[in-house]
Amino acid sequence: MTAPVGVAERAPAGPDAGTALAIRTTGLTKRFPGGQVAVDAVDLAVPHGAVYGFLGPNGSGKTTTIRILLGLVSATAGQIELLGEAMPRAGATVLPRVGALVEGPAFHPYLSGRDNLLRLDAGDRTVPGRAARARVDSALERVGLTAAAGKRYRKYSLGMRQRLGLAAALLRPRELLVLDEPTNGLDPQGTREVRHLLREASAEGSTVFVSSHLLSEIEQVCTDVGVMSHGRLVFQGSLPELRAAAGVRVRVETSMPEAAATVLTRLGTGRPELRPDGVVAELGTVPSDKVTADLVAAGIDVRQLVVERPDLEDLFVALTGEGFDVDE
Amino acid sequence: MSTSSAVLTRPAGRPSGAVARSADLRLFRSEVRLVLGRRRNLALIAVLCCFPVLIGLAVHHSPTTPGDGPPFLSQVTDNGLFLVFTSLTVLLPFFLPLAVAVTAGESVAGEASIGTLRNLLVVPVSRTRLLVVKYAASVVFAFVCVAAVALVGVVVGLVLFPHGDVTLLSGTTVSYGEALWRSLLVLGYVTAMLAGLAAIGLFVSTLTEVPIGAMAATAVLAIISQIADSIPQISAIHPYLFSHPWMRFGDVLRSPMSWHGLEQGLLTQLAYLAVFLPAAWARLRTKDITA
Ligand SMILES: Nc1ncnc2c1ncn2[C@@H]1O[C@H](COP(=O)(O)OP(=O)(O)OP(=O)(O)O)[C@@H](O)[C@H]1O
Ligand SMILES: [Mg+2]
Repeated sequence: MTAPVGVAERAPAGPDAGTALAIRTTGLTKRFPGGQVAVDAVDLAVPHGAVYGFLGPNGSGKTTTIRILLGLVSATAGQIELLGEAMPRAGATVLPRVGALVEGPAFHPYLSGRDNLLRLDAGDRTVPGRAARARVDSALERVGLTAAAGKRYRKYSLGMRQRLGLAAALLRPRELLVLDEPTNGLDPQGTREVRHLLREASAEGSTVFVSSHLLSEIEQVCTDVGVMSHGRLVFQGSLPELRAAAGVRVRVETSMPEAAATVLTRLGTGRPELRPDGVVAELGTVPSDKVTADLVAAGIDVRQLVVERPDLEDLFVALTGEGFDVDE
Repeated sequence: MSTSSAVLTRPAGRPSGAVARSADLRLFRSEVRLVLGRRRNLALIAVLCCFPVLIGLAVHHSPTTPGDGPPFLSQVTDNGLFLVFTSLTVLLPFFLPLAVAVTAGESVAGEASIGTLRNLLVVPVSRTRLLVVKYAASVVFAFVCVAAVALVGVVVGLVLFPHGDVTLLSGTTVSYGEALWRSLLVLGYVTAMLAGLAAIGLFVSTLTEVPIGAMAATAVLAIISQIADSIPQISAIHPYLFSHPWMRFGDVLRSPMSWHGLEQGLLTQLAYLAVFLPAAWARLRTKDITA
């Protein structure tokens, strides 16, 4: 086969792929024994093939939601469907198709990275044992841990631990990846590599559900976003919709502000404001490269074009009217 | 077509029988390796193995008169094989239960405390399968401890003491070979006695995320059971204590073998298994894994 692997493997097969959701919850609620409501009537809708960014400040209920999705914690109320099957009932058949990293990596300190993965691989009843070593080594290679594979986990740095956690999620091709703050503790290079891994998995047909408390870390790879606050899902939609909701703005520096404003208005951006050195407008759902192309095509001397993203603090205020503090 | 896409498009969730069974075996091996690979557990086995050596040397240097010291001690000078039974008698009240309490207590709580429990469960290793594997590995560890003591006892006995025919407790004499067979029965019986404690430890281990707490609680229960067993005023409950039949392995060393006590002992352990294994299952099945 000569087609690129990524293309060949795109779109997971299935009777209703395309329409069905990879993750769907309705009214998902978790009240902990102490009375704390960590997850409050959450309706997640994660489309097949999406890279879904699950955002929220510390304590907003991201990890608890993920634990419920995977059957680690029981829901107080609500339904869960993972890859079209009801959880936690169908866990034995669904979870082998799901790769997960929950609340950071956790491994046996006195076993090597490879032995830790072999142990997890041994737990999977749906894969043949003779290929275990090959699966483990290829997962280690994918996260760049081949050289440290034989080292005891306790001697791993935080970044290496995080990578091993990702390797566990990638032990085999997965239809769905559920990753809880996979970039935690990684340096910028490591963060880039994780983003690359996510893109790669997505290109191979996996749906990716990734939590973070930093929009900037995942917005480059996300197609969809959900935002949690105090256990509630306060926003869910595509990334352009989020940008629109949060007021991402485009600033064009030019000597011809009026002409630029006309082009921007024609493109459908919102509320252009004239400045002495150019024009600023709400980007909305307009792709920024389209803005550049049209401005240039209109003969406007674009000195600089900047997309101004609000940081998550501003975004959060825009969505909830509250600050981005620890949720209690 | 690359293999990865073949795996992806196949309905991957349905385990095939043979593959599933071989995975169960792999998980069990992995668990045993985890338990036996831990330095602390190896140290425990090493400490246990010191006892036959120390007892052997002590008896060798100053032979005891009959009736002195723990049961079987005075027979050691007649036949080294009795070193095995003396050692087990010395170790059964505390050190062997301690070793079992450590592994059984750690089994689930240990994975919970370092967070690996959630990894296993999302693989997925079902909670039932996890308990089965954990329990089986604890019993294997108990057997390895008992067998290590016996092996060292046999070897030290061969080196320091006579090893001809063996005079049993009932006065009959059997060949060294037959006595060795009986020793194997003793190993099985003692392991079975510890299996009851392992079931208790497994249950305790599902109650907490602090492994040291589960270990201590299990060890303390073993001691309480033996203390209760030594108080005559409550002799009515003695037959129900899990430690009550522990020492009966001496019955194997009579001819004809007196099976009744041994059977009772095994039944007692079975009863504890029947209570504590389902209890562990009920507890873990509904537990929120938040660590
Ligand atoms: N076992 C528990 N018992 C009681 N409350 C809990 C428990 N686990 C979590 N919580 C509470 O539930 C809320 C949500 O916690 P959760 O870990 O899901 O947040 P999070 O969004 O993942 O935060 P972070 O970004 O810090 O990881 C918090 O207020 C937390 O205190
Ligand atoms: Mg979290």
